[in-house]
Amino acid sequence: MQHLWLIPLLPLTGFLINGLFGKRLPNFLVSLIAVVSVALSFGWVLKTLSALGPLETAYVERYYTWFQSGALNVGVDLAVDRLTAIMLLVVTGVGLLIHIYAIGYMAHEGGYYRFFSYMNLFMFFMLTLVLGANFLLLFVGWEGVGLCSYLLIGFYTLKKSAGDAAKKAFIVNRIGDFGFALAMFLVVVNFGTLDFQKVFDAARPMPVEQSAGLLTAIALLLFVGATGKSAQVPLYVWLPDAMEGPTPVSALIHAATMVTAGVYMTARSAVIFERAPVAMDVVAVVGVITAAMAATIGITQFDIKKVFAYSTVSQLGYMFIACGVGAFSAGVYHLVTHAFFKALLFLGAGSVIHALGGEQDLRHMGGLMKKIPITFGVLACAWLAISGVPGFSGFYSKDEILMAAHHSSPWIYWVGVVTAGMTAFYVSRAMFLCFFGSYRGHHHPHESPFVMWGPLAVLAVLSVIGGWYFQVPHYLAPMFPLAEGAHDETLVYISVAFGFGGIALAYLMYVVSPGIPDAISNALGPIYRLVYRKYLVDELYNAVIVSPLVNGSRTVLWRFVDAGLIDGIVNGTATLSRTVGGMLRLFQSGSIRSYAAWVTVGCVVVLVALGVMAGGAQ
Amino acid sequence: MNLLNLVLALPLAGFLVTLLLPKNNSHAIRLFSLVVSLAVFVLSLGLTAPFHATGNGNWFVTDVPWIQSPEIRYHVGLDGLSLWLVLLSTLLTPVSILVSWKYIDRRVKEFYAFLLLLEFGLIGVFVAWDLFLFYVFWEVSLVPMYFLIGVWGHERRIYAAVKFFLYTMAGSVLMLAGIIFLYNKAGTFDYVNLVDLLQRGRLVLTSQEQLLLFLAFFVAFAIKVPLFPLHTWLPDAHVEAPTAGSIMLAAVMLKMGCYGLVRFCLPMFPQAAHQCQSWIVILAIIGIIYGALVAMVQPNMKKLVAYSSVSHLGFVVLGVFSFNQNGLDGAVYQMLNHGISTGALFMLVGYLYERTHTLEIKDYGGVSTPAPMLATVFLITLLASIGLPTLNNFVGEYLVLQGSAAVNFNWTVAAAVGVILSACYMLWLYQRVFVGETNKDLSHHHPFLDLNGRELAAAVPLLALMVWMGVYTKTFLPVVSAANQRIIEQSKTGVETLVEKQGGKRIAELRELIHGR
Amino acid sequence: MPTTVPLNWYLILSAILFGLGIAGFIFRRNIITVFMSIELMLNAVNLSFISFSYQLRQVDGHIFSFFVMVVAAAEAAVGLAIILTVFKNRATLAIDDVSSMKN
Repeated sequence: MQHLWLIPLLPLTGFLINGLFGKRLPNFLVSLIAVVSVALSFGWVLKTLSALGPLETAYVERYYTWFQSGALNVGVDLAVDRLTAIMLLVVTGVGLLIHIYAIGYMAHEGGYYRFFSYMNLFMFFMLTLVLGANFLLLFVGWEGVGLCSYLLIGFYTLKKSAGDAAKKAFIVNRIGDFGFALAMFLVVVNFGTLDFQKVFDAARPMPVEQSAGLLTAIALLLFVGATGKSAQVPLYVWLPDAMEGPTPVSALIHAATMVTAGVYMTARSAVIFERAPVAMDVVAVVGVITAAMAATIGITQFDIKKVFAYSTVSQLGYMFIACGVGAFSAGVYHLVTHAFFKALLFLGAGSVIHALGGEQDLRHMGGLMKKIPITFGVLACAWLAISGVPGFSGFYSKDEILMAAHHSSPWIYWVGVVTAGMTAFYVSRAMFLCFFGSYRGHHHPHESPFVMWGPLAVLAVLSVIGGWYFQVPHYLAPMFPLAEGAHDETLVYISVAFGFGGIALAYLMYVVSPGIPDAISNALGPIYRLVYRKYLVDELYNAVIVSPLVNGSRTVLWRFVDAGLIDGIVNGTATLSRTVGGMLRLFQSGSIRSYAAWVTVGCVVVLVALGVMAGGAQ
Repeated sequence: MNLLNLVLALPLAGFLVTLLLPKNNSHAIRLFSLVVSLAVFVLSLGLTAPFHATGNGNWFVTDVPWIQSPEIRYHVGLDGLSLWLVLLSTLLTPVSILVSWKYIDRRVKEFYAFLLLLEFGLIGVFVAWDLFLFYVFWEVSLVPMYFLIGVWGHERRIYAAVKFFLYTMAGSVLMLAGIIFLYNKAGTFDYVNLVDLLQRGRLVLTSQEQLLLFLAFFVAFAIKVPLFPLHTWLPDAHVEAPTAGSIMLAAVMLKMGCYGLVRFCLPMFPQAAHQCQSWIVILAIIGIIYGALVAMVQPNMKKLVAYSSVSHLGFVVLGVFSFNQNGLDGAVYQMLNHGISTGALFMLVGYLYERTHTLEIKDYGGVSTPAPMLATVFLITLLASIGLPTLNNFVGEYLVLQGSAAVNFNWTVAAAVGVILSACYMLWLYQRVFVGETNKDLSHHHPFLDLNGRELAAAVPLLALMVWMGVYTKTFLPVVSAANQRIIEQSKTGVETLVEKQGGKRIAELRELIHGR
Repeated sequence: MPTTVPLNWYLILSAILFGLGIAGFIFRRNIITVFMSIELMLNAVNLSFISFSYQLRQVDGHIFSFFVMVVAAAEAAVGLAIILTVFKNRATLAIDDVSSMKN
């Protein structure tokens, strides 16, 4: 027994303590409890992994039956294999750093205990998600992290926009979960179990489906879930809005861990996806569209967090490209490096925002390099990593994905390369606007405290060396065999060239001659505005889905069907009875003497009738 | 006098004694009824004992003659299906009493007396194994609820109470006709006997008879569930009822209908049930989606929760009419879940109402700032209600949908849309009421207070159950599962014997057989 | 045995009394008169019971009329009590003024 349950339960304990008593505890104790619970969890992960050794096969611990109905038995079972091991390290490791960072970032915010208890709850659900040994336990984590995301996006409860964003995130995620749930129903109907091992063992001998079949249906439905959680087209709309939450939340949930759950789940279900090529194609195409589309929007945004949010959407698209072309390990590889550099980007952005007293607009920044040098230094590492500069972590994983894409279908590679160029461009743009030139804001910038830049430094190191130090594809080789075929050097050069090209172009446009961007946006006119307004997707959804649904429900269903039709019939029946009764009531005058008169009349009538009949009988 | 009879008799005794208490000592009346209902609850906990020891079976059976001719027996007993529903009733009665503590300030004696009488009727419905006795309890539970709505309700209480009463009566009269028809045919009102006779082919109903009987029972239950389009009494009744009435109505009374479907419609008229399956399921699915959509646009909180009940109970009917273990288990579990979570929702809405005397959502806003505890409790309840895993509703909804997926995947797809919509209306409600800047008008007259000890005491057991039932189903589900297994067996063999022995023996022979036993 | 009065005469008397009772009940406005009219009808019925009983040489009719008398006595007690209360509360004995049960 390795007591895997301790890993998620430690943060849960932190949540319970802070949630129940946090209001009465001093802030330092609250943060201590939160950080220590995650640190212990991280420590337990390290201890467990070292004890379990190479993990050639999955290590499973079964605790108790969650529910049993007929043949269906769902257990609370936790399992560790190499994929989970990587996820555990990322989640607890990066999670720990972000928790520490948050001590500084949230120091002056209200609801301190609430923030940390939600964060711990998030850790619990995220760890359940990666440790769960069956689809349903994964789903528990899946919905749970969605809940925490909801709570944390809406953390600033007084802001209406935060509440709206939180609700949107939850509901869009629910649409994804709908797909995931349907996939589970299909799995149970056809395999009789939800246990990963049993389902995959049963699916492995099944033939590859050339046209759409059962496995394709399951894979596609699972992917619907992934598009919700991992913000892919068409369900990506919630993630940019999610930036309403505090920055550590954006870093932890909306960059490093939760949004990658879809990638994890796809990789976890690789056995099913591999046998459903149609679904794989869909995954790849959605990934490509998302990556490219989000990158174009990212170019036009001025809110520093929005830029990074669209960048996250775009990078997640990359991961799905990897999954779609069958390079699951490359996808997970990018997941890991992305967790490092994107968490760093967000935390760095948070540090900038902190320094500027809450300013998020790039147009009001500039020239901060000298004022907050440490933040600039660490952000530079992330910048180079995401731009794919050789030697930095992003380079390795992106390279891996693009290779696999080229191997599968070259057009994906080319779109990917162009997107990489755009990525380099918009991140550089943000960096130049923020740190170069002259300061355009009013607030007096100040460097962040050690408790904030300490974790940044660690992440910076990881962003630099994480790529070659953690050889994820090799580690995952027993699960996902390494791709064969020659490593084409030319392709690498091309993608690196695009990356540098993007940086250079941004340098030209935002440092050398800052007039160019306006000229271009004016020249493009409507196209620029369309992209700037995010292709009007939100407006489209609103007009096509939300408003008709709400208005239709109000006017047609409620007022017409319910109040008009059904209640009309019901009340109509009542009115009818009343009318008929009203007529009969005239007899029921309430005056006993009139009754007596009627009785007498009745008797006379009866007597006469009897007499007539008797007369007739004679 | 076994424990079940005691549990059944105590609320009735409490009702009678409450009537004798002096009218003006409200506090003593409240305290007395609380003590009685708590005692009933504690006693009813003892009912679970045999189930843990030996699994399923019929327990605490009492079978004595009540009326000689026609032969009506006081036949009560408990199995896995009724057990938790009885406990639900006994738990929610003290909760309702606690909730009404300050809220009810006129005709206090009658109010608590009626609550105890209601408890008596509800428990009776779930344990009666004689059809006539069942009918009696069914009606007994109707009367106190009528008065709870009609006397202590809001402005349109009379309309709502009468509508509630007439709707239910319309159905139950049909059921009474069905019961009498069965008696004339079989010579017994006894449910166990009847099922046994049907099982062994000694009582044969032609398919037309079966269909009519099924419909007679079904309509009575469907109105109570309520199934679309027979649901319009529910929003009115809920909006007008006092908090305690809403809680008991939503949490327990609606379950009478669901319980009836499982207990009577399936084992007694399996063939007709199978015949009507697709129609009923379609109504259930319409109810799920329709209820959710209409809930979304309600301006009144109680109406919103009421329509959400229509949606949730659609799941129950869907599960029951999947005719398989997963579906039935899910349906029964969902009955309990809905009782807990929607009961709690009504309770919390009642707390809000007590503070502001309005139910309109637009009058609220930013309540979480003055009342964080209320907001938290509300949020947890709401999350349970929309089926968040680790809270109770999830397990029920999952099993229901799983059960329906085994029959027809299209049903599952359609019904699962309701799960998305539930998140929409509930979160929107939460946002409008609790999030944002605090509405100035809220604390116009008095400061807006957070939950006090009594209010929290009523809420905590429900919250605990939400988590317990969501995380550790072993306590509850196996018992239900075993009972459902029997019902599935009965409804299966019923179908077979019916086909084999179509047009078999006649009434006179049957009478002999029964009286010879 | 002296010649007896024929049965028909009794019955005709009974019918006349009964008719008077009905007329009184329907047309009089004073509660007490109405009440007495009811008594009159009861006694008319009693008369026919007795005469039939005598004619048929059976005791049933006597028993019946005793019952009627007992009931009438009870009714008189209750009825007069009600009338007294009504008079106390409303200070009127006109039957049309006592219609509070009517909506």
